[in-house]
Amino acid sequence: MIANYGYKDGSGDFFISIDTEKCNGCGDCLPVCPANVLEIRENEFDPMAEDLMAAVKDEHRKKIKYSCAPCKGEGRLLPCIAACELNAIAHSW
Amino acid sequence: MAKEFWRWKEYNWKDDSINWQNGSIITAGVDVGSVSSQAVVLVDGELFAFSNMRTGSNSPMSAQNAMNWALENTGMTLQNIHYTVGTGYGRVNVPFANKTITEIACHARGANKMYGSSIRTLLDMGGQDCKAISCDEKGKVTNFLMNDKCAAGTGRGMEVFADLLSLPIEEIGDLSFQIEVEPEPVSSTCVIFAKSEATGLLRAGWPKNKVLAAYSSAMAHRVVSLLERIEIKEDFAITGGIAKNSGVVKRLEKELGIKALKTTYDTQIAGAFGAALFAKALVEKERK
Amino acid sequence: MISAGIDVGAKNIKIVLVRDNRIIAKDKVLSGFEAKENTNSLFEKILTDNGLKKEDISSITSTGSGRKAVDFATVSVTDVTAASKGVTTKFPSAKTVIDVGAEEGRGIRCDDKGKVVDFSINEKCAAGSGAFVEAMSRALEIPIEEFGPMSLQSDKEIPMNAQCAVFAESEVVSLLHAKTDKKDIAKAICDAIAARISSMVRKVGFEKDIAVIGGVAYNVGFLRSIRSNLESEVLVPEFPEFVTAYGAALITE
Repeated sequence: MIANYGYKDGSGDFFISIDTEKCNGCGDCLPVCPANVLEIRENEFDPMAEDLMAAVKDEHRKKIKYSCAPCKGEGRLLPCIAACELNAIAHSW
Repeated sequence: MAKEFWRWKEYNWKDDSINWQNGSIITAGVDVGSVSSQAVVLVDGELFAFSNMRTGSNSPMSAQNAMNWALENTGMTLQNIHYTVGTGYGRVNVPFANKTITEIACHARGANKMYGSSIRTLLDMGGQDCKAISCDEKGKVTNFLMNDKCAAGTGRGMEVFADLLSLPIEEIGDLSFQIEVEPEPVSSTCVIFAKSEATGLLRAGWPKNKVLAAYSSAMAHRVVSLLERIEIKEDFAITGGIAKNSGVVKRLEKELGIKALKTTYDTQIAGAFGAALFAKALVEKERK
Repeated sequence: MISAGIDVGAKNIKIVLVRDNRIIAKDKVLSGFEAKENTNSLFEKILTDNGLKKEDISSITSTGSGRKAVDFATVSVTDVTAASKGVTTKFPSAKTVIDVGAEEGRGIRCDDKGKVVDFSINEKCAAGSGAFVEAMSRALEIPIEEFGPMSLQSDKEIPMNAQCAVFAESEVVSLLHAKTDKKDIAKAICDAIAARISSMVRKVGFEKDIAVIGGVAYNVGFLRSIRSNLESEVLVPEFPEFVTAYGAALITE
């Protein structure tokens, strides 16, 4: 399952996507994020599942564009994407 | 007092033919949204009763009120219910719930029951959010996208317009087709700016129905772009309050080139219905 | 030699007359739905009020989102260029401009010659603009001029969940129902809009000195929140909404 966290408004589409088939809940992406956007939690979209997965914290979901702005310099590889060996994270902008 | 055009009718319903006392598993789902709340009661997985009302500004009582109203004249009380699942934006405020589950999972599950297991893409247009959900034949979520930050493409946006044009919200779907020529959609996605744009159009002599058509068109267009991000697969269905707005639904179907499945159930209860179905699954799991 | 700058904004049309880099006259009017006619009448009015004729004006520069409505302009420039020029002429030490108008918010970084280095615009969404403050003052049922001063009376930090102006209106209604003090809500709104604007400015990287212009600069509550967010003092000109028109008037070719 692909979980898209974020929003779309008049200024564009801003989503962080986590592929739960790939994510194994290792948590390597957490410490590298300067804004503390990510967390490890149980799968909130499949109540019957018991696995853990990475997710964007609730308080950041509606302002993800602003939370991620410090990392969004030109041509920079985002630290969260670089940290994930399984390629489970993607940014839409 | 001035008529409140955005205020849609609240209601409850029950199936008198079901004898709930003979039921083996009785479950309930309560969906507390930011605009509306629904409570659904199932007897062995079949719809027995439900209510649909405005959440208002007092969220903690909304769940209780919705539940009481659904149970009205059924002879059933909370004690008879084996398991309740709360969902929706205000799910933390369902004090009598045994568990809370996010509305994305609940809507997929509910839609799977309401529209059949062939459904693969679901669009829920709620009061303050818009969800595009991909699911499998069991109603399990495989991909989703939720937009709850922006009013464009939500019920609130439509309420603002109904109010601006002084048209009763239940009629605006049909009214948007009572026009001669389909106009261009309004250019602003933002409801606030679209409202100013609409005021200008009215002053320029546009009839109300035409302005409504322009806004419905813009809303449909905006929602399509949200859906395209998760790749639409048939069968496709729409839930939520706006599913009752033919003005948006038909324009959406036209732009997608896909017809949405219809259901005999009320489109606004999808979340609560799914929640109640999860409740049943959890009871069955416990009893094993 | 007198030059004119005409800023046709989303809400207001501003005209400034400049001689030797100094403002000799300024005036504004609502853009309304007939921006072209309103611009023409305002232009005639400012000339008449100052005993001038059209021939006395050597150059007319238009700017603003509606600048195409000014068909008698000799030059046309973007708001970003005009704002930069206006700010750095008034405050030579300024390197960053924050311009919050009725429908747009802009963060501009400029060099020491007033040339634009980078900028970011928050448009199409009412949440980063004056329209947000207006909608909120309606929800709180207070006149917009009282918004800033009232918010200064509060020191609380109430988080606002809604980013959208439409949803924020409902949120404000709920807060009022929960008996939250109006001044605390006013401050929360100033904090929310300042947070959005500052992160937009951070995107282009800000450098001191920072100037704030546009109509929203009158809101002292917003200014306090911005200062706190950026951890820096800010320069605010006496008539913040005219600075872009002033800058336009200085660009004569």
